[in-house]
Amino acid sequence: MENKSINITTVMEKIMKGVFWGCAAISIVAVLFIGGFILFNALPFFSHTSLWSFLTGKNWIPSGEIFGIYPMLVASFFATLGAVVIGVVVGISTAIVITSILPPAISSVISKIVDLLAGIPSVIYGFFGLMVIVPIIKLTGAPSGGLSLLAVIIILSFMILPTIIRMTEVSLKAIPKEYKEGAYALGATRLQYIFKVQLRAAKSGIIAGVMLAIGRALGETMAVMLVAGNSPVVPNSILSSVRTVTANIAMEMSYAPAGPHQQALFATGLVLFIIIMAINIGMQLIVKRMERN
Amino acid sequence: MDNETAIKNSGILKYSQPEQKLTTPKTNYKEKLIYGFLGLCTTITVGFLFWLIGYILYRGLGHINFTALIPPILTTIYMVGIGLGLSVPIGIGAAIYINEYSLNGKFIKLVRWGTECLAAVPSILFGLFGMMFFVTTLKMSWCILAGGLTVALMVLPTVVKTTEEALKTVPVSYREASLALGATKISTIVKVVLPSAIPGILTGVILSTGRIIGETAAIFLTAGTVFGIPDNVMSSGRTLAVHLYMLAKEGLSFEEAYGAAVLLLGIILCLNFISYTIAKKMTK
Repeated sequence: MENKSINITTVMEKIMKGVFWGCAAISIVAVLFIGGFILFNALPFFSHTSLWSFLTGKNWIPSGEIFGIYPMLVASFFATLGAVVIGVVVGISTAIVITSILPPAISSVISKIVDLLAGIPSVIYGFFGLMVIVPIIKLTGAPSGGLSLLAVIIILSFMILPTIIRMTEVSLKAIPKEYKEGAYALGATRLQYIFKVQLRAAKSGIIAGVMLAIGRALGETMAVMLVAGNSPVVPNSILSSVRTVTANIAMEMSYAPAGPHQQALFATGLVLFIIIMAINIGMQLIVKRMERN
Repeated sequence: MDNETAIKNSGILKYSQPEQKLTTPKTNYKEKLIYGFLGLCTTITVGFLFWLIGYILYRGLGHINFTALIPPILTTIYMVGIGLGLSVPIGIGAAIYINEYSLNGKFIKLVRWGTECLAAVPSILFGLFGMMFFVTTLKMSWCILAGGLTVALMVLPTVVKTTEEALKTVPVSYREASLALGATKISTIVKVVLPSAIPGILTGVILSTGRIIGETAAIFLTAGTVFGIPDNVMSSGRTLAVHLYMLAKEGLSFEEAYGAAVLLLGIILCLNFISYTIAKKMTK
């Protein structure tokens, strides 16, 4: 009797371990399957249009079966660049104020506010951009009624702020106290300590945060779609209407007929997937190096 | 440097020049400028949030029409139910394996890598995948189930990560005590480790709920945009966030859109408040 019950428990243990193993394996399977699935659906497209002409083609005319995503790549690049520049300056400054300048009681309130900013859905950012930011840009006499690259940059920079602030805050707080004591003992002022010691020591963490933010900005879709204007042409100024890589998929996927058009959208997705994964792997390498030091 | 020379040329410094050697007002001005800039950036961050929330509440509070919003609210509830119902058990299971069974082996490294990559995939790619796989290949057509499966995959990394963090905070002595009393590994996990990790797990669940409620790109490609009360999970429907997007895009009634935005924002604020309360209780 006793032997049997022991057997049952050991079998149960093994089964449960197997179940947990299966759960853990799902993330790996999912990411490989999603990547593989997108690749599988995109590959046939490259017999229609070569990879080179797909990436450098300046025209996107689905009805004429002309597919070039150069305009979208340019739009995504400048939107992300602009947002990251603003986000880094404002975000790192805010993180410095939270960690080293304000008294803890006020800092924790600002931290809560940053958390809130992170929780607001992207469609609300987009809606706010459409109703408030776009009309303001329209006042400058923008050709497309305010729907522009500039509006995208403004909205994206606020969307990535929480990511940058959080990561900077965490890495600034992780700096050993001895650094501060040492700097102060050498006669450094608070600002000298912050900029010459603390920020430099926290460099890898901040860079990881910025890369995370780049990924978020590149992958954002709905907020961007609402304020971008979405014309698939190479932007000639910050006020022109643009279409990002993500918006290109979201705009046309629901009605694209099976065939080259749909495959072209999968190819667009593949390009996005590869860029995001490259950024992500780069970030993981930085974090690894950081952990080693 | 430019600011320094500008200040010098402007003559502001003339009066305080004799003291310069003692208190170095040169750096004082520079410091004040830097402090001012840092303060400005913080004000921008905080100010933007108040502007956004304040503006949407101001424009939308009077326009919440609950009867018109019932179909999207119901669809949202279905979506959250399916999304959490799948991702929470799987995510907790995965976190248990990583934290309770892991021996830092190759498999665990692979799992961590997979989770990180999955977390990095933008939602539009989940939508693209979900539409082609669930909707077309598995012939589900646009429906809430396809949307729910897609968002379940999307929030899985969040559940795994937060549960893992929660399990890590449970002291090893709890496990040792339980094992020493003769409990098996499974009963230790189920009866000792998990109950102590519940607040942390709950925070992750709330975070995931917020992400599902706020998600648009992955859902409108998989669950469709039909406006109406869904009969079951196989019917198409639009969640509150998709509803807001459609209203904003169509531009027919911005008042309705503001109403939907207020409701959406209200739900997110409530969820934030709940997770804040749990976190506060946890630290006590």
